[in-house]
Amino acid sequence: MSDVPPLFLDVRGVRKVFDGVAVLESVDLAVPRGSIVTVLGKSGTGKSVFLKCLAGILRPEAGHIVFDGHELDAANADARAEFRRRCSYLFQSNALFDSLTALENVGLPLEQTTRLRDREVRERARAALARLELEKFADHYPSQMSGGMQKRLALARAIVTRPEIVLFDEPTAGLDPVRRNAVFEMIVRYQREFGFTAVVVTHDVPEALAASDAVALLDAGRMHFAGTPAAFAASDDPTVRTFRDSTADLTATVAALRSGHPSSSAT
Amino acid sequence: MLQIVGQAVLRTVGELGDFTAFTARSFAAIPTTRRLMRRTIRAVYEQGVRCLPVILIVGGFTGLVLGLQGYYVLARFGSEGLLGTLVSLTLTRELAPVLAALMIVGQAGSALAAELGIQRNSEQIDALETMGIDHHGYLITPRLLASLLVFPIMTSFFTLIGLVGGWASGSLLLSLQGGVYWSSVFRAVDPADVRECLIKAVIFGLLTIAICAHNGFNAHRRRGATGARAVGASTTRAVVLSSIVVLATDYLITSMLV
Repeated sequence: MSDVPPLFLDVRGVRKVFDGVAVLESVDLAVPRGSIVTVLGKSGTGKSVFLKCLAGILRPEAGHIVFDGHELDAANADARAEFRRRCSYLFQSNALFDSLTALENVGLPLEQTTRLRDREVRERARAALARLELEKFADHYPSQMSGGMQKRLALARAIVTRPEIVLFDEPTAGLDPVRRNAVFEMIVRYQREFGFTAVVVTHDVPEALAASDAVALLDAGRMHFAGTPAAFAASDDPTVRTFRDSTADLTATVAALRSGHPSSSAT
Repeated sequence: MLQIVGQAVLRTVGELGDFTAFTARSFAAIPTTRRLMRRTIRAVYEQGVRCLPVILIVGGFTGLVLGLQGYYVLARFGSEGLLGTLVSLTLTRELAPVLAALMIVGQAGSALAAELGIQRNSEQIDALETMGIDHHGYLITPRLLASLLVFPIMTSFFTLIGLVGGWASGSLLLSLQGGVYWSSVFRAVDPADVRECLIKAVIFGLLTIAICAHNGFNAHRRRGATGARAVGASTTRAVVLSSIVVLATDYLITSMLV
């Protein structure tokens, strides 16, 4: 008998086509419960599309998405509703409601999807804000907050319903290296604290390798690599190397150009 | 040529079907939407209270102009005493529901289309979906319910202030006695006229707010425009389409009720 725990999220052969062009050809991903799995890939390879297929915002043309033993498809509305109840999504743009205060933003999913009283909604929203050190900004609107604070606010809204799985779409997009580290640190810290499973989509290799339990590389519509961060770091695969060692390649190319021997540039 | 016409017809039928399903889905969300009353009250404020000044200004000037024009036309036949009849019937049967609807579309309808378009662009509507919140129930249903209340009330205000405007023209600026004006108003207006006025207001409200919401909500589906341009195009289309629908529906209802 196998002692391997069943996958919390099991994705097989997901295909998504836009205007006749297959952005995702056949994507597989295995996500164990309680892990942080990061999907890496160049810009435009369909990482966000993949995440939106998982969240049900986009419907894939083919493939299977199995969540906690239940297949999520259009015919299985109950499983999809159950997944939504147990899942949160952190958008790249944060998708905060700009006409609502921070407290109202965080309280919104509780207010609309639970039977909690107004006072309980406010208490739980304030507690979520406090955990992310935003309690002083409860009455501020998102536009009055910095980019990092907005990211934390979006995370507060994502965790307030106590989800079992959180999907992070490019959580560090547009942030400087220090803030990128802080965001990944935040993901790891709260993942440990709340015990949710995390699927992170990003192209920040060092941060992803440091923070993840598993990484996958999406390339040309397929998962080109899937394994541990150590295996990714040690891989000799040319596609993995090109993506992973892009900074070193750039350094070599620039050095070659400066020395007047562009032909010796790294490939 | 036939192919172009056929495609246009198919597209129109498809859009009509989509619009009908959109509206029906919004009403179907009534039983399952939480805190609907609170959001409906907010929508009443957006559509009603915020639009009240423009309704009063336009209604007042419409009454003033009607009184002025009507007085001189009726004076040619020695019938100035019928000025109240002319102003009240014109306002009640036609101008008040139509102009009030156009004013609300211009202010609240355009704002609604733009707001939903921006929410669509900034993934706020997708966020609702991922949170398990029915976006129709949360965003559209309160606005539609509010329109059923706000449009008749605004139309009534428009009519009342228009009647006052007509009185001001006829009695304050010209030489008609106030008592004559008001007695002809009360004699002319039947309950059937008031009913027709309110029926029109309710139908205009439902149609125009649904059109504005539908256009804003589907801003991302506009062909040939994306981002801010799509929001602008959707808002413009919402206002133009709503205005045309108000006038066309007015003709249809009038021809049925006359």
